[in-house]
Amino acid sequence: MQGLSTTTGRPKRVLVFGLSVYRLRYLWGRGGLYLILIALSAIFGFPFFWTLSSSLKTGPEWYVYPPKWLPDSPQWGNYREVFTLFRYPYGRWTMNTVLIVVLSTAGTIISASMVAYGFARFRFPGKNVLFLLTLSTMMIPGQVTLIPQFILFHKMHWVDTLQPLWVPFWFGGGAFYIFLLRQFFLTLPIELDEAALIDGAGYVRVFWSVLLPLCKPVIATVAIIAFMAHWSDFMGPLVYLNTPEKFTISVGLQFFQDLREVGGKPLQHILMAATTLSIIPCIVVFFAGQRYFVRGIVMTGLKG
Amino acid sequence: MGREQSLETGTKTGWMVRLLPGVKTRKQAREALWAYIFISPWLLGLIIFFGGPIIASLLLAFTDYNLLKTPQFIGLGNFQRAFGEDNLFWPALGKTFYFSAIYVPIVVVGSLLLAIFLNQRVAGTNIFRTLFFLPHLTPAVSLAILWLWLLHPQLGPVNHILGKLGLPQPGWHTSPIWAMPAIIIMTLWAGLGGNRMLIYLAGLQGVPQELYEASQIDGAGAWAKFRYVTLPMISPVIFFNFILAVIGSLQVFTQAFVSTRGGPAYATWFFALHIYHQAFKYYRLGYGCLLAWFLAVILIIFTYIQMRFSERWVYYAGA
Repeated sequence: MQGLSTTTGRPKRVLVFGLSVYRLRYLWGRGGLYLILIALSAIFGFPFFWTLSSSLKTGPEWYVYPPKWLPDSPQWGNYREVFTLFRYPYGRWTMNTVLIVVLSTAGTIISASMVAYGFARFRFPGKNVLFLLTLSTMMIPGQVTLIPQFILFHKMHWVDTLQPLWVPFWFGGGAFYIFLLRQFFLTLPIELDEAALIDGAGYVRVFWSVLLPLCKPVIATVAIIAFMAHWSDFMGPLVYLNTPEKFTISVGLQFFQDLREVGGKPLQHILMAATTLSIIPCIVVFFAGQRYFVRGIVMTGLKG
Repeated sequence: MGREQSLETGTKTGWMVRLLPGVKTRKQAREALWAYIFISPWLLGLIIFFGGPIIASLLLAFTDYNLLKTPQFIGLGNFQRAFGEDNLFWPALGKTFYFSAIYVPIVVVGSLLLAIFLNQRVAGTNIFRTLFFLPHLTPAVSLAILWLWLLHPQLGPVNHILGKLGLPQPGWHTSPIWAMPAIIIMTLWAGLGGNRMLIYLAGLQGVPQELYEASQIDGAGAWAKFRYVTLPMISPVIFFNFILAVIGSLQVFTQAFVSTRGGPAYATWFFALHIYHQAFKYYRLGYGCLLAWFLAVILIIFTYIQMRFSERWVYYAGA
């Protein structure tokens, strides 16, 4: 599909306003295409605009009909109130979320790269079976393992702590990340390992000092995808966390959405500010690592 | 001969040479030992977080268990509950299929269209691509809250615009009929320009240029090129996106949990929501396991059917 306006056969020599029909049809096609792209951008962008604009409204402005597109004067103070007005402070939820995201992402990177190195570079009995098992875990919906895992963590008295949300990721991080990293290890020349081994380095040295520094791009990919997944995770925190002080942003927002009014005071605009704040880190991380992120997504789609 | 030489008892790895198939020399034993060390976190993870839970879940499906007392074996009692007493079992399944049947075709075709628009070598492609992709980055809870207010029957901008255009203004999340479309719309907003679109885009860019040139010489128009070159060449990508969309859509949970709570009148009571309520609200953990397995079996059957069916329309170049 190259160009909406490819002609069949030869361009005809009919001129309109000094332009050939071929040229006109091309411009017509391009114009239409731009129109579609801009209209789509408006549709995709509008909800962001609306959330941002609502987050800057005053409480009463929320309940005006017809709805106002823009607040009379932007209430930037709403964003401060997110941290002060909630009975259960949003700052605390942010800290919890950051803690979970950092610990689980670190665990994923470290353990998944170890496992991937094992699968990519060694020969050992049971390798193929184990690798197939690894891939097949991706087929099992999370609900199947969730209930027994919950029972396990309940027995360990880990329910209502943050541990169930990050400790499991120190055990290989998950098949998806192992697969992604292994594919990358396979692209590195084996001569690198051999040279280092001949020079007397052990496997740990080869892994840590020779190969891992070359893996920076794929580690960035893993980090970004893991960040997004843990930042937005809802089911996990919902199941494991009970006391509001321990909530993550996702569960906290949902909790607040349910309350909506605190002491008879409508807090819709504050909720919108909190929602905006929850989206911003994802967008920032995306822009910081767009190249790595897109590459990772594409790799899974075309090779997986 | 080689094997006997290598059987050095008393060395640290001697036992591996004796026990493990395919390990014949000390060097190989050392390599295998290190491999197990490197993959050991995942071996533990596989057992603790997959193998163990899968077996436990299979067993629990035949029990009555609520964390407080020991699991009671009740045979097929949970099956009886599911297919007989549980009034929400079939409706929950029905709502889930309803969602999938509308969402999956739109998202699979829609993202392909977006990718095709972006693949026209227009200036500013990167900006458009980023704009289309951004909704996908919105965390699911934020997505639900955001759309709850966009589609607010009285105060939301969407109904305001519909009113200006003289169109009916549905009650969206508050209406048993419109709650489902509301959830489909919010999921589409986040899903159309997401990972799927990026994967399609890469697929489209991977189609060899020579094929287009050859078909051009044969007199193919834009449609013919799309139908007979692009479509077959990217069919594996379409297939991949299709399978993932089905699997994801049958597990839809967060959007409904946050925005409608499964209502009104159970209009958006999805199967994953049903599992959550049975397991974590009523603590019917045994029954929850059965429901989870039911969903898993449906997913596996669907995937299997799609794979068998795919042989008819998916073309693997070089295979």
